[in-house]
Amino acid sequence: MSSGIGKSVKRKEDKRFITGKGRYTDDHRMDNQAYAAFVRSSHAHARVKGIDASAAREMPGVIDVLDGHQLTADGIGNIICGWAITSKDGSPMNMGAWSALATEKVRYVGDAVAVVIAETQSQARIAAEAVEVDYEELPVVAHVAKAGAEGAPQIHDNAPGNLIYDWELGDEAATDKGLAEAAHVTTLDVTQNRLSPNPMEPRSAIATYDDAEEHYTLYTTSQNPHVARLVLSAFYNVAPEHKLRVIAPDVGGGFGAKIYIYPEEITCLWASMKTNRSIKWTSDRGEAFMTDAHARDHVTTAKMGFDSDGKITGFKIDTIANLGAYMSLFSSSVPTYLYAPLMSGQYQMENIYCNVKAYYTNTVPVDAYRGAGRPEATYLVERMMETAAREMGMDPAELRRRNFITEFPHQTPVLMQYDAGDFHTILDKAQKAADVAGFPARKAEAASRGKLRGLGYSTFIEACGLAPSKAAGSLGAGVGLWESAEVRVNPVGTVEILTGSHSHGQGHETTFAQIVADRFDIPVENVQIVHGDTDKVQFGMGTYGSRSAPVGMSAVVKAMDKVEAKVRKIAAHTLEASEDDIVIEGGQVKVAGTDKAMAWHEVGLAAYIAHNLPDGMEPGLKETAFFDPVNFSFPSGAFICEVEVDPETGHTEVVNFTSADDFGTIINPMIVEGQVHGGVTQGIGQALLEQVIYDEDGQLLTGSYMDYTMPRAADVPFFSVQHHETPSPNNPLGVKGCGEAGAIGAPPAVINAITDAIGTNDLAMPATPLAVWRALQAASKPIAAE
Amino acid sequence: MTNVKMKVNGKTVAREVPDETLLSEFLREHLRLTGTHIGCDTSQCGACAVHVNGKMVKACTALAVSLEGAEVTTIEGLANGELHPMQVAFHDNHGLQCGFCTPGMIMAGVDMVNRYKAEGRELTSEAIRHELEGNICRCTGYHNIVKSIEDAAAKM
Amino acid sequence: MYPVKYHKPNTIDDAVAALAAGEEAMVLAGGQTLLATMKQHLASPSDLVDIRGIDGMVGACIDGDTLVIGAATTHAEVAGSAVVRKHCPGLAALAGNIGDPAVRNMGTIGGSLANNDPAACYPSAMLALGATIVTNTRQISADDYFQGMFATALEEGEIITSVRVDAPAKAAYAKFAQPASLFALVGVFVADGPHGVRVAVTGAGDDGVFRHAGLEAALASDWSAGALDSVDVSEDGLISDIHGSADYRAHLIKVMAKRAVAAA
Repeated sequence: MSSGIGKSVKRKEDKRFITGKGRYTDDHRMDNQAYAAFVRSSHAHARVKGIDASAAREMPGVIDVLDGHQLTADGIGNIICGWAITSKDGSPMNMGAWSALATEKVRYVGDAVAVVIAETQSQARIAAEAVEVDYEELPVVAHVAKAGAEGAPQIHDNAPGNLIYDWELGDEAATDKGLAEAAHVTTLDVTQNRLSPNPMEPRSAIATYDDAEEHYTLYTTSQNPHVARLVLSAFYNVAPEHKLRVIAPDVGGGFGAKIYIYPEEITCLWASMKTNRSIKWTSDRGEAFMTDAHARDHVTTAKMGFDSDGKITGFKIDTIANLGAYMSLFSSSVPTYLYAPLMSGQYQMENIYCNVKAYYTNTVPVDAYRGAGRPEATYLVERMMETAAREMGMDPAELRRRNFITEFPHQTPVLMQYDAGDFHTILDKAQKAADVAGFPARKAEAASRGKLRGLGYSTFIEACGLAPSKAAGSLGAGVGLWESAEVRVNPVGTVEILTGSHSHGQGHETTFAQIVADRFDIPVENVQIVHGDTDKVQFGMGTYGSRSAPVGMSAVVKAMDKVEAKVRKIAAHTLEASEDDIVIEGGQVKVAGTDKAMAWHEVGLAAYIAHNLPDGMEPGLKETAFFDPVNFSFPSGAFICEVEVDPETGHTEVVNFTSADDFGTIINPMIVEGQVHGGVTQGIGQALLEQVIYDEDGQLLTGSYMDYTMPRAADVPFFSVQHHETPSPNNPLGVKGCGEAGAIGAPPAVINAITDAIGTNDLAMPATPLAVWRALQAASKPIAAE
Repeated sequence: MTNVKMKVNGKTVAREVPDETLLSEFLREHLRLTGTHIGCDTSQCGACAVHVNGKMVKACTALAVSLEGAEVTTIEGLANGELHPMQVAFHDNHGLQCGFCTPGMIMAGVDMVNRYKAEGRELTSEAIRHELEGNICRCTGYHNIVKSIEDAAAKM
Repeated sequence: MYPVKYHKPNTIDDAVAALAAGEEAMVLAGGQTLLATMKQHLASPSDLVDIRGIDGMVGACIDGDTLVIGAATTHAEVAGSAVVRKHCPGLAALAGNIGDPAVRNMGTIGGSLANNDPAACYPSAMLALGATIVTNTRQISADDYFQGMFATALEEGEIITSVRVDAPAKAAYAKFAQPASLFALVGVFVADGPHGVRVAVTGAGDDGVFRHAGLEAALASDWSAGALDSVDVSEDGLISDIHGSADYRAHLIKVMAKRAVAAA
């Protein structure tokens, strides 16, 4: 059929967005709405000695000024991290207290200490400036490399030396042995630049309290409204779950930043009860840079050993990770279980050991952002492979091929069991599409124009489809990571899918409809996707970690299985046939080999009219299912990047970018390719442009688009996207997930290309013109004799 | 407060607003035309792009009161009964994902095509990328936005 | 934004009066910097005096060999002006590459010059071309006008009405953009005209736009990119920030100067 699985169906949701009718949180307006503005710390670390709101209270339009002492007195709980990590000595992680409004201490620039509620946004913001906070400044540590140093300022009392955990994975002794026996060892120091996710829609919340019902409604920019409700209820004591409705309407991108429950949403809910007004807060971009969870920010030293055939003998990784001033919802898992288990990459390895120390710093919390842990791992592995190949005088593709895993399922030494893949074929496809054979000619031509041309690879694997609940639980996750769906066939035969997945750009309204249209052979227009509202959808764990297809869609499939079983029974009963002979096709439910048939909608009608159902059958045609995967899914890919560097300015142009991806079964190639384009561009952004910088005092130097470089249209080329499908055996559709691949695989491909072009490996991300020029300068200077 | 009168999407509107009201606030809060979005504070993201007297401006960086008598077209007013070719092209070419930057992208696309046609210049993909300097998208990697504008340019 | 009172006078006299009457009144020319600054509560004028309604403030014309550009002429209008393109194509090209298309439709030459952002493009052109800044009270040579970062010779209540540029024989601008803001990390305007061979640098100087004597001397004796190879560009007095160190900027000044000469 034209709209089934594998077809590039144009998006059903587009019309409202291209006509300006999308309804994002800030587009909503409640009766009796007032506005919140937060009083934020201008110091990175300080004791709060007092708050004087008397002047602010007298300002035009001000309704109330509320602080953390009132919040705490009302029983609002601290913000928590939902994934418990145990240090290698068996001790639990050191989680410091995080109040939505700070009471005793502020720990980063932007930490909220009070909120002003006023009639207009402008009045609230102006009055917030009039709240006088008496701070006693404390020494600051803003950079992770210094957080664990002797005498570093202590950020949380219960985290001595600012250490959150000292965690390990793998066999250190075996890895040391593998390295000792290696014919060649490559050592690499890499930094993961700190990023700000920057969904284009800033965060926003509108909270409404109904005092008659003692019920709250929260409109918010969330990737997972049910998780928001669960956490707001179970941990922050805002309201019990049945008295709290969370709605995530149209959401303008998330990329991880909208997974978490932030102080602002908690405060708006509480303030709506305190003031009996609907409370709206919408971040501006400056506030977003200051308060949205940041990402990455690692410093790593690693060694990889090879035998004389180029086979990997051991891989040892030492990483320090910055989690910021407080532990955000998933923060602890990102540099541990989303990182170290990916260190085997696409390669046969026996010996891996990874040690990760996570620290507090006086910076905004750091948490998951597109890829989350896997980009950090991939960058390390793939720069290591390229560097090692150069050091050993081997072709970097050949070194990879010698180490490729070829049999599946494959158990790595770091927890993961890869489901399916075909790494040689995807690299073949990438090399062919990128015309690697023609590269020397292109390099020579570029040289004639004064440009340095380079080519870099990245062959990578991800663990997606978060996650088997049991496995996640055994590794410390505080929740199960299944997904749920309800399939509702209406009496007229149209279908509604209620899913706990949330679309904020991914196109679920189309792709989820496609799997239904495919299964029941009905027009895609007759399927409606309902999501993003805890009052409508049964439950859900939301969208992140490329999980909507492998987990969310699988739940839909399971619910459709149940619907189909009932449809067969009804049709068999009505048509006086055996259930086994019933087939669903062409909008009909038929008895195979006969002309006996019911129209699809007649089955729906029969189910609801219930005049003639099989004995004992309940009326209606609506089924719910929960799906918990047995394993992660493992998308893989081969990326090839070609760059040209202007040696005079250090400017890098990405001239070609080729991706060959294995996402398992593809539901909608158009949408999948769009995900690749966007992911690769974020990866190019990390490699070339983006970096959050705090100075030594913890002041944010990149607090707007004037200083934080977002990828623009001229920074990227058209992309070549190739596919190769090895279906995952771990879910009914064989899908693997495609949302994060680009961001995971692209950064090392870009940096490998630049280092190839400039002939020096000493280059850190982001490879800004300044950084590349510096690297060229350093490489051209003779090294002084010692 | 000043009574500001302008023609928005073909209709004359008048509102009494504070002088500091930005065009973006005037459209979103006073006229409830919420298709014009705010994605930054520094006039760089372009989510608020609208046309004023036929020229693209950033609605977040213009005072409503300074536009007395102006003709303003927003994303809501672009379609004239049926969708504008630029809107169709964004749908056909998957030129949007989350949709937040999309109104600005479409308004920028229409503006550049009109300008290049008026000046008799060829709107190459390279030119499109350069013209999009003031519009930031975080979802699409621009690939399909550029394709959309190329497609629409051929049909406008 | 803080509350503000808006005025749109039809004459210079009314504008001057409105500026004088306001407690902390400011001129609004295009607003592309001022309004952004106000939104962030970094500026809080009591009054805004919009000069775009004053006769003669918009447009470009030629007066003998002198190009006259009204202060409220937008960057897009300067870029598209047939007169500017004919008499100083380098200036038209510069204007056509400021900000982005939407900003160019609102931002004005007068606004840019009054603000004198150290990374703005126009100041380098004015200085290199030996332009004259015309105000409601006097004419100020570019050499006297620019007085450091965000500092100009403008007095309280003084309004730029136009700029006068004597058409050069050769002139061009080369900009290396700061990657985030797209302002000039280093911009170099070279000109050979009635005021001699002049080279002005924006984006790089601790004190804003400046002329570079060494580059000028080299070009005066030999107008070629190659003539600049031997010039020493010192990093003293140059900006060091997260986007570019002083030595990098010094290096880029030479690179951009050569590119500008090649384009002129």
